[in-house]
Amino acid sequence: MIAAIILVCSVAFLLQFFVSYCRSLIAASAKEPLPAEVQDVTGIGRVATANDFFRVVQLLHLCPERPEERGEIKAIGAYFRFLGFLRGTLARMMPSLDKWADLERGQCTHFAAVVLGRRIAFSRNLIAQQMDT
Amino acid sequence: MVWCLGFASEVAVVVCAIRAKVFKRYLPLNLYMAASATVELLRYRILNHYGFTSSNYFYFYYYSDALLTITLYLALISLFVIVFREMSAERYVIYGASLLLGGTALFSYLVVQQSSNRLLTHFVVEMSQNLYFVGLVLTYVLWGAILKLRETRTQLIQLVLSLGVYFSLFAVNYAVRNLYPPFSPLSIALLQFLGCFLPVAWAYAFWRIPKDARLAPARLAVIPR
Repeated sequence: MIAAIILVCSVAFLLQFFVSYCRSLIAASAKEPLPAEVQDVTGIGRVATANDFFRVVQLLHLCPERPEERGEIKAIGAYFRFLGFLRGTLARMMPSLDKWADLERGQCTHFAAVVLGRRIAFSRNLIAQQMDT
Repeated sequence: MVWCLGFASEVAVVVCAIRAKVFKRYLPLNLYMAASATVELLRYRILNHYGFTSSNYFYFYYYSDALLTITLYLALISLFVIVFREMSAERYVIYGASLLLGGTALFSYLVVQQSSNRLLTHFVVEMSQNLYFVGLVLTYVLWGAILKLRETRTQLIQLVLSLGVYFSLFAVNYAVRNLYPPFSPLSIALLQFLGCFLPVAWAYAFWRIPKDARLAPARLAVIPR
């Protein structure tokens, strides 16, 4: 009985902490505008939407990886899938939750697009360094 | 592979904290990570010398785990002290934390006192598990205090949130193991994997987030305030 209570409480705490932690990762990029070249490459307009996420991630995989971003992308990918699961289950009964999850998924896409912009800049620098040497 | 990742990220936490010049500010957290890395090395040595099924490895694993859990509990209390410093309430936090630690030890003893053999070993294992849950509840209280007091230091917020995720993962793991004993081997195997989360998240917080970065915590709450 005690173990069952601990399990339920722990899962509830885990979800709260996980959502807040992912939002803290996203928060820094939320204010960053998307560079024009990222908008061109991804086709994202002024606001990123959930539908663009996997396309942006595919483009991310085409660019040389920066080790410091590997963990971030994985965490946000897990958060995006969790939100998708939420939309497919609980949010069907709660329209406000559905709207919130959709907004959050858009933020995930924005975050991935910001990282893509950094990777493009990083690749450009690499090429410029190689040209110099 | 997982062991290497865990050990490397524990070392990375200390290195990143020194590099970011926050080693002293978060001294208990860094001491915990240094102790974790040392224990990992010693475990590896004992494992190689005596073998996985030896009683030496068994006892060292569980006793060192209990000590590390207590150290992590103290690290959590140090985060409370940082958050409550401006209210000059550190003394009350320390008294409360000591009482809670003593209470958890007493509760664990009462639970295991019927065990006729290996009382101390059972006590150590029980106390570790209970401290994880107490740590989880305390982290939740701390997160509530951060939201209420409008604490804005991004690095501190990320340290607390990642600690919350870590404690929850372990508490879920222990609860599942107690509820469904056949899952024990799988949940024990998962421990090493889950253990990597905290050092990776803390290393990230020290490496990537400037020490003066600010963030409105109300934006992070699941239930908007």
